Amino acid sequence: MQRSLIRQFYRDMLLARQFEEAAAEQYRQGRIAGFLHLYPGEEAVAVGTLRAADPGDYVVSTYREHVHAMVRGIPPEAVMAELFGRAGGCSRGYGGSMHLFSPEHRFLGGYAIVGETFPVATGVGYWLRMTDSADAVLCYFGDGAVNQGTFHESLNMASLWKLPILFVCENNHYQIGTEIHRHSALAEVHRRACAYGMLGRRVDGMDVLAVYEASREALAQVRSGAGPFLLECETYRYRGHSMADPASYRSAIEVEELRARDPLASLWRKAEAAGWMTADERRAIEAEVTAAVDGAVAFAEQSPPPTELQAGVYARPLDLYRGAP
Amino acid sequence: MSQRRRRSGNLGVIAPAEPAPELRLWEALNLALDREMAQDDAVFVLGEDVGLYGGSYRVTQGLWARYGEWRVRDTPISEGSFTGLGVGAALVGGRPVVEIMTVNFALLALDAIINMAAKLRYMSGNRLAVPLVVRMPGGVAHQLGAQHSQRLEHCFVNVPGLRVLAPGTPQDAYWQLRQAIRDEDPIVVLEHELLYFESGPFDEQAAPPPMHAAVVRRPGRDFTLIAWHRMVQVCLEAADRLAADGIEAEVVDLRSLRPIDLPLLRESVGRTHRALVVEEDCLFGGAGAEIAAALTEAAFFDLEGPIRRVAGADVPTPYNGELEAASIPDAAAVVAAVRAALEQAGPGA
Ligand SMILES: Cc1ncc(C[n+]2csc(CCOP(=O)(O)OP(=O)(O)O)c2C)c(N)n1
Ligand SMILES: [Mg+2]
Repeated sequence: MQRSLIRQFYRDMLLARQFEEAAAEQYRQGRIAGFLHLYPGEEAVAVGTLRAADPGDYVVSTYREHVHAMVRGIPPEAVMAELFGRAGGCSRGYGGSMHLFSPEHRFLGGYAIVGETFPVATGVGYWLRMTDSADAVLCYFGDGAVNQGTFHESLNMASLWKLPILFVCENNHYQIGTEIHRHSALAEVHRRACAYGMLGRRVDGMDVLAVYEASREALAQVRSGAGPFLLECETYRYRGHSMADPASYRSAIEVEELRARDPLASLWRKAEAAGWMTADERRAIEAEVTAAVDGAVAFAEQSPPPTELQAGVYARPLDLYRGAP
Repeated sequence: MSQRRRRSGNLGVIAPAEPAPELRLWEALNLALDREMAQDDAVFVLGEDVGLYGGSYRVTQGLWARYGEWRVRDTPISEGSFTGLGVGAALVGGRPVVEIMTVNFALLALDAIINMAAKLRYMSGNRLAVPLVVRMPGGVAHQLGAQHSQRLEHCFVNVPGLRVLAPGTPQDAYWQLRQAIRDEDPIVVLEHELLYFESGPFDEQAAPPPMHAAVVRRPGRDFTLIAWHRMVQVCLEAADRLAADGIEAEVVDLRSLRPIDLPLLRESVGRTHRALVVEEDCLFGGAGAEIAAALTEAAFFDLEGPIRRVAGADVPTPYNGELEAASIPDAAAVVAAVRAALEQAGPGA
């Protein structure tokens, strides 16, 4: 594997970790409101899958999507400003943490209703197939989302019409406080692929190199016209479901066990042992990431608020009591 | 009337060469789809049995053969996801026209329509567009039972981000659908199950009115009747009966339920000083309540009495034919309501 790619993974995951911790701090200080779902522990999933994708590929994600947005190139400033609800945010302050959008990055959200990413991605995949495009779609969802009707409905259509979609399950084993064996009759999500006649596999979602390799293979299949692929990434979130969740439903031992497999620490151990990255290089990345996160917060703080209540309800301003213009 | 329908081969698509003087409403919708699909490759239709079968109400007849399966897509029974598929495709350049077999099944697609289609432009800070059309027939037909006989106007008129059309004639259906397909906003087109096979004058060359404009179907000086879909016919019949007694009712076909053409209603009531909203949907919390309230606010000092509503009974639609008929307004109910209102002395009388 290329050294530059390893450093990229490390940088992406470190930015993800530090950005989310900074967001938690800003939330505690009252600058970020509403629901805030953070990603620490799951970094290898977004980084490994999205670094395997092409720039032309579309991304459809959930409400836990800050990291996906940044890996796709949306500047941390624009993400943090969105969490602050400011005009400099990637959704200009109208979306919030759960609704990040950026058409020029082909980043299509940001969906806060569990199970919505499936049909949106299926529609994008349909359009790509209908127009003979070489691009693909990456569709993210949690382990809890696979029991929503849209999972079944959409995977069926995607497979039936051989749509170019990589379905990425971020299996962190919990839907809020309900552990997967208490919400799913079949806890191995990838095995559901066979119900729709499509390919699926499970990968260690704490290992960015494994996720990257699996994603490259899966995307090659998806692009070959073989149809969609269900990639289950087994991972874990260190924090509660959202900032409102103290996570009292799981033991400290469980969290410690998973932290021992931390994706950042394990990548560093491997990189150091293999001589892919030096301690100096690592320190340089850390300094750069810290500056980027500080810069994102500073940008968000000084970004003005949006002011137009009516902008963007319709394509053109619409008077509901004046049908004829 | 007999020579009006021309088919290209046995495909069922109306041949473009000869504009017909009269069409059935389904044929007008079919022609509108054909025209838009011929003109713009991004337009595609999807829904249950829209392709090979030709559509439950024949609206997509012949299109599958002409445009192929990718642009006329038969879907599985997955309303939530195929409507959401339309949203996704609309985000990236498609102009999907989703057909939901009947409004009754649209309840399974409300998340895609209300949470996704209607909100995405706004939530994205005006950075995304959702040029999506969702068509669906509704209303009380003939003894289909409670789960197949309802109206969902109330569901959609209250949703910011949506436009809601209710064409009731072939001419309107044709232009409103074409305008909806070309529009940049998500639009729900409510159709009525009993109107598909009704014929009406059709002139493709006539200039189309604005998509949301109401129209006076019958002028009258004494009373304004406001309706849409099949209730326009009910009002026209009531107006005939009232005319026999020398009461001249004006009948307005609203055609659009979000937005509404309040200036036209205001102008009409400015002349008649009285109005009745007639809707098939249930009375409580229906679209008619909004229309009556808005018109009252706009025209209060022109009114000689309260704006009243005649609407569907607040019951699930019963199966029994007589009870079913009693659950929705008919001409007699409209006549009775107009008479009662006229007998009630206004403050100035
Ligand atoms: C349709 C719907 N039902 C319930 C919720 C509330 N809710 C938000 S996240 C969540 C758990 C989702 O778990 P999972 O899919 O595993 O994703 P994770 O949060 O673990 O990433 C629930 C129940 C919702 N947003 N949408
Ligand atoms: Mg989960």
